[in-house]
This record gives sequence, C-alpha cells and structure tokens, in this order.
Amino acid sequence: MGFEIAGYSLLPVVPELVLAVGAMALLMIGAYRGDRVTGLVTGLAVFLVVIAAALVLWLPPGRLVTFNGSFIVDDFARFMKILTLTGSAVTLLFSRGFVAAATRRMFEFAILILLSTVGMMVLISAGDLISLYLGLELMSLALYVVAASQRDNLKSTEAGLKYFVLGALSSGMLLYGASLIYGFTGTVSFAGIAAAAKSGSLGLVFGLVFLLAGLCFKVSAVPFHMWTPDVYEGAPTPVTAFFASAPKVAALAVFVRATMTAFPGITQEWQQIVVFVAIASMALGAFAGIGQRNIKRLMAYSSIGHMGFALVGLAAGTPEGTQGVLVYIAIYLTMTLGAFAVILALSRHGEAVETISDFAGLSRTNPLLAFFMAMLLFSLAGVPPLAGFFAKFYVFLAAMKAGLFTLAVLGVLSSVIGAYYYLVIIKVMYFDEPIGAMEPARGELRAVLAVTGLFNMLFFVYPAPLIDVATLAAKSLF
Amino acid sequence: MIFPALFFYLFAVLCVGSAFMVIAARNPVHSVLFLILAFVNASGLFLLMGAEFLAMILVVVYVGAVAVLFLFVVMMLDVDFAELKQGFLQYLPVGALVAAILLAELMMVGGAWVINPAVVKAVVAPIPGNVTNTEALGLVLYTRYIHYFQLAGIVLLVAMIGAIVLTLRHKPNIKRQSIPDQVARTKATAMEVRKVASGQGLKETAQ
Amino acid sequence: MYQAIVFLPLAGFLIAGLFGRVIGHRASELVTTALLFVSLALSWVAFATIGFGHHDVVVPVMEWINSGDLKIAWTLRVDTLTAVMLVVVTSVSALVHLYSIGYMHEDPHRARFFAYLSLFTFAMLMLVTANNLAQLYFGWEGVGLASYLLIGFWYHKPEANAAAIKAFVVNRVGDFGFALGIFAVFMMIGSIDLETIFAGAPALAGKAIDFFGWKVDALTLICLFLFMGAMGKSAQFLLHTWLPDAMEGPTPVSALIHAATMVTAGVFMVARLSPLFELAPNAKAVVMFIGATTAFFAATVGLVQNDIKRIVAYSTCSQLGYMFVAMGAGAYSVGMFHLFTHAFFKALLFLGSGSVIHAMHHEQDIRHMGGLKDRIPFTYIVMVIGTLALTGFPLTAGYFSKDAIIESAYAAHNPFAIYAFALTVVAAALTSFYSWRLIFKTFHGAPHDRHHYEAAHESPLVMLVPLAVLAAGSILAGFPFKELFAGHGIEEFFRGSLKMDGGEHGIINAMHHIPATVANVPTVMMVLGFAVAWLFYIRNPSLPVELARQHEGLYKFLLNKWYFDELYEVIFVRPTKWLGRFLWKKGDGWLIDGFGPDGVSARVLDVTRRAVALQSGYLYHYAFAMLIGVAGLITWFMFGGAGVH
Repeated sequence: MGFEIAGYSLLPVVPELVLAVGAMALLMIGAYRGDRVTGLVTGLAVFLVVIAAALVLWLPPGRLVTFNGSFIVDDFARFMKILTLTGSAVTLLFSRGFVAAATRRMFEFAILILLSTVGMMVLISAGDLISLYLGLELMSLALYVVAASQRDNLKSTEAGLKYFVLGALSSGMLLYGASLIYGFTGTVSFAGIAAAAKSGSLGLVFGLVFLLAGLCFKVSAVPFHMWTPDVYEGAPTPVTAFFASAPKVAALAVFVRATMTAFPGITQEWQQIVVFVAIASMALGAFAGIGQRNIKRLMAYSSIGHMGFALVGLAAGTPEGTQGVLVYIAIYLTMTLGAFAVILALSRHGEAVETISDFAGLSRTNPLLAFFMAMLLFSLAGVPPLAGFFAKFYVFLAAMKAGLFTLAVLGVLSSVIGAYYYLVIIKVMYFDEPIGAMEPARGELRAVLAVTGLFNMLFFVYPAPLIDVATLAAKSLF
Repeated sequence: MIFPALFFYLFAVLCVGSAFMVIAARNPVHSVLFLILAFVNASGLFLLMGAEFLAMILVVVYVGAVAVLFLFVVMMLDVDFAELKQGFLQYLPVGALVAAILLAELMMVGGAWVINPAVVKAVVAPIPGNVTNTEALGLVLYTRYIHYFQLAGIVLLVAMIGAIVLTLRHKPNIKRQSIPDQVARTKATAMEVRKVASGQGLKETAQ
Repeated sequence: MYQAIVFLPLAGFLIAGLFGRVIGHRASELVTTALLFVSLALSWVAFATIGFGHHDVVVPVMEWINSGDLKIAWTLRVDTLTAVMLVVVTSVSALVHLYSIGYMHEDPHRARFFAYLSLFTFAMLMLVTANNLAQLYFGWEGVGLASYLLIGFWYHKPEANAAAIKAFVVNRVGDFGFALGIFAVFMMIGSIDLETIFAGAPALAGKAIDFFGWKVDALTLICLFLFMGAMGKSAQFLLHTWLPDAMEGPTPVSALIHAATMVTAGVFMVARLSPLFELAPNAKAVVMFIGATTAFFAATVGLVQNDIKRIVAYSTCSQLGYMFVAMGAGAYSVGMFHLFTHAFFKALLFLGSGSVIHAMHHEQDIRHMGGLKDRIPFTYIVMVIGTLALTGFPLTAGYFSKDAIIESAYAAHNPFAIYAFALTVVAAALTSFYSWRLIFKTFHGAPHDRHHYEAAHESPLVMLVPLAVLAAGSILAGFPFKELFAGHGIEEFFRGSLKMDGGEHGIINAMHHIPATVANVPTVMMVLGFAVAWLFYIRNPSLPVELARQHEGLYKFLLNKWYFDELYEVIFVRPTKWLGRFLWKKGDGWLIDGFGPDGVSARVLDVTRRAVALQSGYLYHYAFAMLIGVAGLITWFMFGGAGVH
C-alpha cells in the first residue's frame, strides 16, 4: 500500500499521527481565534484522544514494527496506550472546568497535553534508545510547561522550574547511560542490546544504572522521587491529576519494555536495582505520606508508594510479574483518577480546597461523594475485596513465585503502614464535624467518580477481562 | 600523522578545561565565554573526525546564536552568583565525597573498558564515498531517521509553544504600532484645516 | 419423640429469649412452661418405654464435625440411665418453671429469666442424651453458661455478679480436667464416641500415658481427669466453694440447678462412663475418698450456717458426696437412685425455702425467723416432709437411697471403704441435726422479728402445687424404685447403660449380705441427730450458744467453712490477680504496647518525621539525592558482591 514514508509503513503510527496533526490543527484554531475557544479546543482534544484510542484498537492485530525497529506496536503497547489515552482524556475532561475560568483561559493547555500524550505513545512503542529518549523528552517538555502554566502563581512556577531542572538532570543521566550502553553493545535497538548483553559487564551495568535512574525519575521512584511532592502540590490540580496518571503509565511501560526486552541477559543485575527502588519507594511512600496535611502532597507520596508496588511485579522479571504490573497500573489509574475527581470537586465559596482537614464531615454534606472517596481510599489502601487489593495481590504473588519473599513481606508491611493515611482521610470524612457545605461537583467529575468508584467496588465480581488482557499483553514481551 | 593526534589532545584538553572553567569561573560572563571556547574546541574535534558539517553547525548555532544569546541574557540580568554559591562550602565535603566515589568508579569502568568490536565497525549508515558530509546527512535524515527527525520537530514545537505560553503577556493599555491602521489613514481623517482669526486663538484646541 | 423432649425447651428459650419483649412476660412464662410440661410428659413416656420396654434408642440428629480421625455427630442416646435423668430433669424443671411464675411475678425481667431456665433445661437434656464426649461437653458447658446467667440474673447485685463469676471460674478448673480427659480418651482410643470408647476401654488396661515424662496408667489418668470435671460441676471437696455462693441467684434457680439437676451432672457423667471407671480401681478409690470427705465436710459446715439457702446448699454438697461414695463403691445404680430421690426432696427443700423467703419478703437468715408454722402451715408441712426424706426417715425416699449408699460403702472392695462408711454414718447424724435445726429455728419457737412475722403470708397456689407434687415425690420415689435401682431388678432395668459387677461377689450382692446392725446404723444416727437438734433448739435454746462460746475456735472454723475461701484467696486468687496486674501493667502495657502497637506507631511517626524532613524544598538537595542514589547503586554493584565482573 502507498501509506508509507521512505519505505516505512505508517500504519502503526496512525494514532500518533492523528493526535499530532490534530494537535497542530487545534493550535491553528486557537492561534487565530484566541482564548475564547478554550472550551472548544479542550472538547475537541478529548474527541481526538478518543479517536486515537479507537485507532489503537483498530490497528491490525499482532506485532507491528516500523521505522527500522524503533517503533513497535504489540499487545503490550496497545494495553498501555489505551491506559495512557484514558488518563489523558479524563485529565482533559478534568481541565475543562479549570481552564474555563476567565482568569485561566489557556487553549494551549489542551494542546500541550495532546502533544505530551503523543510523546507517551512514542515512549510506549519505543524500540530503541533514541526513540525512547525523544518520546521521553516530548512527554516531559510539555509536562514542565503545564506544571508552570499558572505563571502568576509562585508555587506553580516553582513547581515547573523544579521539575524542569531535575528533569534535565535525569535526562542527562539517562543519556549518559544510553551512551554507555551504546558503547558496550554497539547498538541502540533493544533487540540488538539484548543480543549483545549476555553477561553483566561492569560498564554495561554502569550504563544500566544511569538509564534506570532516568526512568526511575519519570515514575518517581525513590531516590529519584524528590520532585514529586513539590510539583504535585504546586501544579494546578488537573495537571497534578495528569502527572499522577498518564505519564506514570507511559514511564512504567517503557521501564518494563526496556528491562524486559533489552536486558533479559542481565536480569540478575537490574532486578537488584528494581528491588531496591521498589522497597525504598514503598517504604517512603508509606512513611512520608503519614506526615502530610495537603491532599495533593499526600497523593504524591501515594503515587510514589504505588509505583513501588508496581515495580515489585517488575522485579519478579517473569511474565506473571509483568502481568501484575499491567493489572496494577490499570487499577492504579482508575483509583487515582477517581480520587482526583473528588479532590477537584472540593471547592468552597469558589475556592478549591486542598488540605485534608477540608474533608471534615464530607459524609454529611456530600454523602455520595464521601462514599465513593472512601471506597477509592480503601482500594488505594488495598482493602479486599476492592480492586486495589487484587492489584497488590497479583504483584506480590508474582514476587513470591519468583522467590522474592523479603520484597513481598516488606511490601505487605509498607502497605499496612500506608493504609494509615488513607484511613485518616476516611476518618476525617466520616467522623469529624463538617466545616461547611461544598459546592456541587461538575458533571464530568461526578461521571468519572462514579465509573472509577464502581469499577473498584465491583472489580472482584468479574475480574477476568482485565486479567486476561493483561496476560496477553505481558506475553507479547516474552 | 602526528598532527591529528596533537590536535586531538589540544582540542580535548582545552574543551575539558574550559568546561571546568564554565562552572568554576566567578564571573558569569566569563563562564559564558568559556562555554563558547568549549563549543569551539568541540567543533574542532568534529572536524578531526571528518564531520565538517556538524563542526560548522556547532559554531554557527551554538557559538553564533545560543551562546551569544546567553551572554546577552547574563549581562542584562543582574544575577548574584555569590549568593547562589553560598551553600557551596557547606555541602562541599559531602558533595566532594560522592563526586570522588563516582569518579573512582568511572575510572574503574574506564580501566575495564573493552571496546566492543561491534562499535569499531558500527557504522550504522556508512557514508558513501562520493557524497559530501552534508549530503550524506541529508540522505539519511529524511529517510532512515525520519521518525526521529519528526519527533525532534514536535519537541521543538512544544518548546516553542511552552516558551510562548509561559512568557507572552497580552497587557492591556499598551500602545502598539498598527501598520494597517497607519496605512488606512486618509488625509481626511488625519488632518483638519482651520482658519484662525488673529488675536483670538482657537478655544477648542486647548483640549 | 426424643428429639421433642430435647428441643422443645430450646424452642421455648428461643421464643422467650428473642421475642420476649414482643410477646410479653405472661406469654413467655406460659410458652416456656407449657413446652416444658410437654417435654415432661414425653419424658415419662420415654422412661416407661426404655426402662420397662427393655430397648435403648439412638436417634441421629445431624453431622457435626468431620475432621480427619475426628468424626462427631449430634446423636441422642436414650437408655435407662438417660431416661432416669430425663425424668428427673424435666420433672424438676417443669415444676420450677411453674413455681417461678409465682416466685418471680414481681421481677421486671421475667421473660429473660424463663428463657434462661429453658436454655438451661435444653443444655441439661443435651448433656444427658449425649452419645459422645463432645456432645456431653457441649451440654456440660451449656449448663455452665446457663448457670452463670441465672446466678447473675440479678446482675445489679454485686454479690450475684461475684458469685456468678466464681461459679464459672471454679467450674472452668474442673472443665479443664474434663477436657484433658476427653483429649486423653481420643489420644488412646481414637474416638470420643461412647460405644467405641466402651468397646476399646478393656484393651487399654495396663497401658500407660506419658504425662510430662511421668508414666501413668492410662485408664486411671483418664478417669481422674474426667472425675476432675465431675468434681467441679458437682461441687465436690476442693472445688465446692462456688455452690454456696451460687445461692445469690433466685431460689427457683437454686432448686433447679444447684440441687436437682446440674450439680448431679458429675454423678451422671461418672455413671455414664462406668465402663471406664470399673477398669480403674485407683480412680474409684479417689472418687470414694473425695465423695466421703465432701459428705462429711459439707455436713459439718451446714451445722452452723444461718442462711436458710446456704444450709440447704451445704446439704446438697453433702448429699452429692454420698452419691460419689456410691460411685466409688461401684454401686452406680445406687448412686443414681440417690440422685433420683434427692432431686425430689432437695428441690422440695429449696422451693420450700423459697416459699419461706417469699413469705418473709426476702429475708434469708433463720435467726430472724421462728414460729412460722402457724403463718405458713402448708410450707411447714412440705418442709418437714422434705426434711424427713433428706434425713432418711424410714419409708421416705431418702431412707432407701441413703441407706443403700451407706451399705454399699460398707460392702465395697475399696481401700477407702471403711473411711467412707464411717464418714457417711457421721454425716447422716449431722444431716439430721442441721436439717431439724433449720426446721426448728424457722418454724418453731418464738418469732424473732415481729414485723416480718406479722407480714408473713402463704405463697400463691402456683407455688404451692409444685411443692405438693415434690412432697409426694419425696415420699413415694423411694420404695417403688428400690428394686430397680438397688435391688435385684438392676440388671434388667439398666442393662448395658451401667457397667456393674453383678456377680456373686459384686457390690449389689455384697450389699444384701451385710450385718443388720450396720443396716440400722443410719436410722439410729438420724434419730440421734433429731434428738440433739430438739434438745438444742426446742428444749434448751441457750445450749448451742453456750457450746459455741466454749468451743469458739471450732465454731468459727465451721462457720467460715473450714476457711476454704480464705485459703483459696491466698493461694490462688491473690497470686492470679497479682500476675494479671503484672501482665497488664508490665507485660501488656509496657512490653507489648510499648514495643508493639504504641512503640511501632511511635517509630513510624519518627520515620515519617525524618522522611518529611528530607523534603527540604531545595533543588540542590533533590538533585543531590538523585546523585547519591546513582552513586549508591553503582557502588553496590562494584563492591557489594552483586556478582558483576
């Protein structure tokens, strides 16, 4: 067929193309019509994301490779892309209310999110180190900008700047690692690296450490997590929701793909790194979360901890482990989006509220909201039979099967400690005296909350679809 | 063939030395100047490798545009570097320790460096003998590496949008030149001829 | 039919317990009492069918536990032994239900009371129909629970609460032994089904159990453990302390539980397990020793008590000792006979006391009574009948059963036979004395409390009818059943339900060949006791006071119940409380909480503070953390022995 460029089929990149071209078209609309069309652009952006998701599903089945192996579409990529696009679409929905406010009108917001999503999809499909880096930068650059998008707000600009500087540092590390790996293997493609890296020579491991350090930064794993709380707190809340959802999925996807497909020969080595990072993340997420008063900061530590749990599955280094990661990240996405829907819904006298004490008495002022939030928090804490429990169950099971008992035990312990701060919020919602009535939540927030809440509550009834798809996706990497 | 080697070491030493001076210099203007020196030396290294296009691009873009822009910015902004460096000494011991450890480890890696035979002949896209450096780059950039190229383009687009979003401010009540408005002026709208009786003045003009 | 006997009281309990508030007190009383009377009628039918129809019944109800070797099913086993117990339990229970309608008519929680009564009856029936030890244990604990609830029925009275707890705790000591016995049986035989145990028991003879490195004869140990349970439940010497205190409960409860039924569970259990005890002569010796000691000890204490119910309680304790003497002698049927007759006259005495107390507006001290025979003549008559039966006045029920026991003690081939004979004979005199003392001080002489005396009134009919029935039973329950329980009809009547040496040298045969003088000793003792009591309290009331003053040490010793409560207080209660307080303050509060929950949570907060402090907000700190992370990982790979080469 003629749908190709320079001899490379364009079919696998159709969703990305549509998103990128669509984003540019929206940019034109915005540029010529000004900020008045912010709402329209945001709406169209959601539409574009939905189209892209449909296209991802429309692509012919099996493993599609193009651009000389630097772009791979397999079941794993499809799974992760759908999750990412879900995260982006929901975040765009979240942002409708935010950017609609007259003082914050900014049509570029949606476009930046779209382009960042393009970067994530490239990242997920990356088949070599160069497209990995380019995807990562495309994703991150847009994120730096949206983090600072409230440029009159000191916290927001500080968040953007911190994120940018540390992100640059992490990119530097990643590039340094990539060049070391190239130097030791003579290739940048994952398949080539896998063929060359049969044993863990020191230089290669050195490169691996730097590469993984860069990736850990993106998934905000300890000790590369330091940016997370500050940026989550400083960034506008819809942006925080975005940070906590889609980029995490994409970064975790590339983390899994890189380790699984490029370094299967030195699993022993990267396993140690992942185990360490996972334990540190789980522990820090659990401990530091307890001390938080700001719900967004708390969500930052929550996401740090959850990334640790997801990495437990990766540490197993087995198909079951990968499947566990996939299930985990899918469920994590729903929990996080639901929780952020509640956080976004909380406003009193037109002012968004962010501290945990603002949840006081929510069960009496907004009983349904409080109920769903409580369910999501229970799920985040991993209380059976909610979905969050199964997420943890699968990764721990995989870790046990791989013989990583210490990891599993520490994971369970930290999930117990971490449960504390989720329960504190529930306690505040249900047992403290209400401060004042909240404003009614916007329709899209309620819809997202209902869907995610019900998913988490009823997952145990019929978990097979997600588990099956995740199994399929995990298999495509091995 | 001793000259290429001599020049390599000259460029390399100068490059590393000036890179160090970039961070070591007290005066920020000096830092930028050392940065320019580092760029120039790097382009010299490219030249030695026969990559004359990259060498020239480095000089033109980095030295000519980026670094000079930096220079202007640094000169115009009153950055108090002394203040920025205040905590420096306080953290020096720990920082130095970590740096020393990393350096030692890097050296060990360097000692264990086994150049992969594949790297030596890892000429991913060999330059055909009869084309120039620039032409060869062009040949692969838009075909084989179209993917990377386009992605890089989008990255730049995002950078541009980001720069605009974060810096552009539409301030009201600012006088701007509007060329269409100026062009659209006619004699009729632009001026009015009034007869003024002597000794009486024109009361309305007082406005 | 058999299911109905057992489960009708349960139905009554559920109805009164769950819906008591809905259907009201009157309905609760009627429902539970009516169901009990149905159960009673069926029991007599069953007694006739089983006892005289000569066939046993085993009714499977449902599977219960099926775990490895342990297979337990709910099964009702009804043989003659059970049938006797069924009759005793349902008769007394039904009469007590009826009596309680009158006695408790002022109480605002009557529905709960009747529910507990029915629950107790159900548990007791479960106990006596058990076909395996687990079911027996279920009933055992069930009656213990019901007893606890009923003793503490007036839970706002601190003494009642304390007594309930005491009863429960002391019973737990016995139950502990019982449970160990069951475990030992299961260990040695591999089943707790009665049939299997009896079949396997002979093979155990001579085998030993390794008990903490101490080789003990298996059967002896098992029987002693089981008897320990019986001691607790039947308030035998050393574990008797709870029974007098249990009198804090309502009087009908005392009649039902602490006279006629529950306390006899121990006796029943030994009889039920007679095939085991027959094989363990050493255990039988212990049973006889404990029984005789109790009979004597409780009788001595009863001599000086002043609380009308406590006197009867110590009397119960003493009579239970008699029953165990019979058990120890191997004359199980004789023990059962006394159990049977005792149920009637002791329930009668309790209910009669209740009637007195009711008449005196809850005055229980006999020193404040006197001369009541004119105010409450009916109660007086039935109390005298009960006393006659208790003291073994010829031709009353107690005469036959008690004399049989004393004869069996004399005839027994047991190391403690003479000891038991001597003590039971003395106890017979003491029994007679304290019983008549009670009658004389309560009903004769001058009233000590004019006000109460004037206000005394006869109880309502609903209370008098049960008294009349029991009085009839106290007189008539002896002679007609003599042959069945203690004569030549035993073999035919009890068949396999009791294992007795019925041969030429067997205990029953031996009993019939004792000297006539021995057979007449109890009667002489009874007369002696009566005479002394008459001398002390009718003829010359200053005599006992004088006597008490002269022998003050002995008097105090008896009045304070041989100082058992004080002894236990020092030996067990205080050290236990001290240990509890130690474990609470030091063990739990300091050690567990300090290093456990509180300590852990405090450490978590410490770690949290540090983790939060790491988040300084400074960019270079963050960057530095990343670099340290990388450096650390690399160092780990280089020097940490991570296997990189």
